[in-house]
Amino acid sequence: MDEQARASKTVQNQTITIRKIEQADLDHVIAIDERVTGISKPDYWKDIYERFVTRRVEERFFLIAEATDEVSEFPVLGYVVGEVRAWEYGSEPSGWVFAFSVEPDTRLQGIGEQLFEAISVEFRRAGIKKMRTMVARENQLHMAFFRSEGMTGGPYLQLEKSLDD
Amino acid sequence: MKLQQSSRLAIFALIELASDPERQVSVSEIGEKYDVSAHHLAKVMHTLGRAGLVRSVRGVGGGYRFSGNARRTSLLDVIMLFEDISADDAALDDHVTETPAQHALRQVVIEIDEIAKATLGAITISTMLKQIERSKNTNTREDVVTV
Repeated sequence: MDEQARASKTVQNQTITIRKIEQADLDHVIAIDERVTGISKPDYWKDIYERFVTRRVEERFFLIAEATDEVSEFPVLGYVVGEVRAWEYGSEPSGWVFAFSVEPDTRLQGIGEQLFEAISVEFRRAGIKKMRTMVARENQLHMAFFRSEGMTGGPYLQLEKSLDD
Repeated sequence: MKLQQSSRLAIFALIELASDPERQVSVSEIGEKYDVSAHHLAKVMHTLGRAGLVRSVRGVGGGYRFSGNARRTSLLDVIMLFEDISADDAALDDHVTETPAQHALRQVVIEIDEIAKATLGAITISTMLKQIERSKNTNTREDVVTV
């Protein structure tokens, strides 16, 4: 099983390119997010795009995966968005990943793994030594993915309070 | 949280076997490595066999091989074969008559319980193998980063 997984990843390595997002990709990102979450949020994504391609670009990363050699049914296969955040509650600068998704029909092909590695490289280049994210406790798929990439529980806990009480 | 010895042994045995699925390992070999009786380990392996996670190999030098899916088998899947790790307080049926203090404490215990289960449910045998490999290579990796 692991041999098969490795083989398919090798094929994917030859056919997938990870690069910075461009204007033409944005609608495809919005579409993937809508398919995955069931909620369309074009204004949110346009705002993220505007901020991540024009300001503090040396520490903000909006990357997409695309098929390299062939015309794919899906122009964008996945995306990852993260930025360097510093001194929130005393935390030293760290790479914060806050959006990550792979086209549902192209999963289990190593695309998420390559996106994860690509943003890790960007953070390392920016001098960052720790990468963080947040994941829904009941979302075992996402939790298992980040764990398999080597992420572990960090020193901060996310807390919340219902303001209706 | 403290896991029962059977759960811990089962995880160790699966890691041992899944690290090389082609290799067959005897109960005594694993028993010696983790300093546990062959009798206790045999019972653990039997349970893992019934769950389809290991397969016994007969004949001279027989033993066990890994037969599960390392990328789909979580620590929670293994632990649940041997023990129920749900907190006792979370399983209380008598919620109607509980005092506010009992209710508040139950909420705290449930919160801890859910975090523990989510963590164990998200870590697969494959992830454990990767983690072990990473810790073996830690020194090398730090050298690379420094350079």
